[in-house]
Amino acid sequence: MTRREKKQLGSGLAFTSLWIVGLCAFTAYPVIASLYYSFCDYSILKAPVWCGLENYQQLVHDGLFWKSLRNTLFYAGLSVPLGTLMALGLAMLLNCEVRGRSFFRLLFFMPSIVPVVASAMLWLWIFNGEYGLMNGILNPILGLFGMHGPAWLADPSWSKPALVIMSLWGTGNAMVIYLAGLQNVPRDLYEAAEIDGASAWQRFRHVTLPTIAPVVAFNAIMALIGAMQLFAQAYIMSEAANGNGNASDGNPERSTLFYSIYLFSTAFQDIRMGYASAMAYILFLVTAALTWMAARLTRSRTDDSP
Amino acid sequence: MAREHKVSRRVVQGLLVLCSIAFVLPFAWLVSTSLKPIEQTISLPLTFIPRAYTAELAGRSVEVTMDYPVAQEGAVVRYESGPNAGKLGFVGRGQRAGDGTVHLVHPVAAGSWHVTQKVETALGEGGPPPAWDILPRSQIASRVRFRWDNYPRALAALGGDAEADRHRVGFWIFLRNSLVVAVLGVVGTVFSNAIIAYGFARLRWRGRDAFFALTLATMMVPFPVLMVPLYGVFKSLGLIGTLLPLWLPTWFGSAFNIFLMRQFFRTIPEELSEAARIDGCSEWRIFWRIIVPLSTPVLVVAALFHFIFAWNDFLGPLIYLTRKDTYTLALALESYQSQNGGVQWHYLMAASAVTILPVILLFLLAQRSFIRGIATTGSKG
Repeated sequence: MTRREKKQLGSGLAFTSLWIVGLCAFTAYPVIASLYYSFCDYSILKAPVWCGLENYQQLVHDGLFWKSLRNTLFYAGLSVPLGTLMALGLAMLLNCEVRGRSFFRLLFFMPSIVPVVASAMLWLWIFNGEYGLMNGILNPILGLFGMHGPAWLADPSWSKPALVIMSLWGTGNAMVIYLAGLQNVPRDLYEAAEIDGASAWQRFRHVTLPTIAPVVAFNAIMALIGAMQLFAQAYIMSEAANGNGNASDGNPERSTLFYSIYLFSTAFQDIRMGYASAMAYILFLVTAALTWMAARLTRSRTDDSP
Repeated sequence: MAREHKVSRRVVQGLLVLCSIAFVLPFAWLVSTSLKPIEQTISLPLTFIPRAYTAELAGRSVEVTMDYPVAQEGAVVRYESGPNAGKLGFVGRGQRAGDGTVHLVHPVAAGSWHVTQKVETALGEGGPPPAWDILPRSQIASRVRFRWDNYPRALAALGGDAEADRHRVGFWIFLRNSLVVAVLGVVGTVFSNAIIAYGFARLRWRGRDAFFALTLATMMVPFPVLMVPLYGVFKSLGLIGTLLPLWLPTWFGSAFNIFLMRQFFRTIPEELSEAARIDGCSEWRIFWRIIVPLSTPVLVVAALFHFIFAWNDFLGPLIYLTRKDTYTLALALESYQSQNGGVQWHYLMAASAVTILPVILLFLLAQRSFIRGIATTGSKG
């Protein structure tokens, strides 16, 4: 290494020194410690005791683990596609030249920055079976067919769909991203397609879709990763909708026992930190696989070299 | 062709209006509930406009509260003031029998189960049947009235019980905690990530690109993986129950913000730095005097994003905060809800509105930065 290179390395390390500390203390150490704990019996009060694969073996036979996984996949499987479709639909509407575009964009985006605790309270009230807004709107319509709205969060078969509906209210973030993607589609492509006599559907299918597909795929995978970690809404709403139950029971009938909730209660209520770490690592592997897919989808488009 | 365009534009406009109603309704419901008296939050059919009712009694108008929002036959009213304060009245046509019971002439309307219930309760307890007034509907008047005083009451209730009073815990403490976490976090985020991103974006050094790739890779680590060991770290430092674990890490950089700022710094022409280097400027001076002033847009975006994140965070405070006087607003709201159950919806909605208001205001003030920031982060993986 020449003197010049040494000096450059020195200033590079100096500028990134805060991050070197941060990376080690707040990411690298926890990632490694977590892996170690996942092979241990650990209660934070006493030093971890090595127990090999026991936590993982126990997980395979843990009914609640599978239940929480199924609940999470059910939620993600509904909320991600519906949210993506809705965000894309709204973005396409906003991409038309209509009056008040920026006003509508503002309206659709706003719910996505509402603090999750506050929006959980709001939707708890909206989904109230007796006096809530949802049934207040639905009941007159359903009443025509002799039906009435469900108890939503208090009903095990409707609690997850209720959370999905709530998540749709917050799709404004993805909508803004898709709208930016749509606005990047070159205008002359549409003009050329129109001259060639392409219908609106053909223009969408052959011009719009290919251009924004990678953005949509990337964001859908990111939404999937987010959905896998669903916590606050479910924690607050399951506790509240079912009276005096414990927040992390996943009431009613464990229908809202999501993966992160089970993990949280294992770690901080049962104080089984080792078992929780094993769960966390399984989540990590799934997330890593999904991220790798997202990265592959975008690599072809993103030119990262200077 | 032109007419076809006009028609489809109408359709798009119509769809947008429909969607925006769906998006705004929850907000409207929030504000409406927060301004209602409690009995109007749990009455059917649903109403959006809070009302106040008065009854005409012996030529005087007395304020009454109604179980039933519309002055309809079958409703029960309670006198709020005047010599009869606390007494109940029945809206509709009825007759009082010799024993004092009220016989309804009009069939009891749907939703007025409480009428029979109240009569039965009184009889069941061996008490005398309620000597209710019978008020013809025409004597009940109503007008729109917003209960703004729900807000100070909700904020006072947020602190909770007497135990909390001893420690002088209340809304202002929670607000202060939230602001401490958010503001110190914002300062740390902007300060640390700008310096770090400069090292990645504007300096050439051996191992830089590998280190940057590693940095990006840390973005995919889910928080639950870090949660348990981080708790252990802060516990061994004696910081559990303080606000420090919520903002201290922001002073040591985060992958997302490093990435965001690096992308921006790289768009600043290299010639500016070269010219400064020839003039003998140190790298720190170049960073501070040239790069930072040119980068306000991205610094603002990072600051906004972090403020919203810190203000809205729930899991972090839930794990690290143990004493009520350290609660952030979000955690205090949740704890109020879990202690009081779903009864005082008007207070709960008022407190939620107060929690939402700062982020909405911030967004409205800086919406351009927001939208631009999100659009760029979402499309450049």
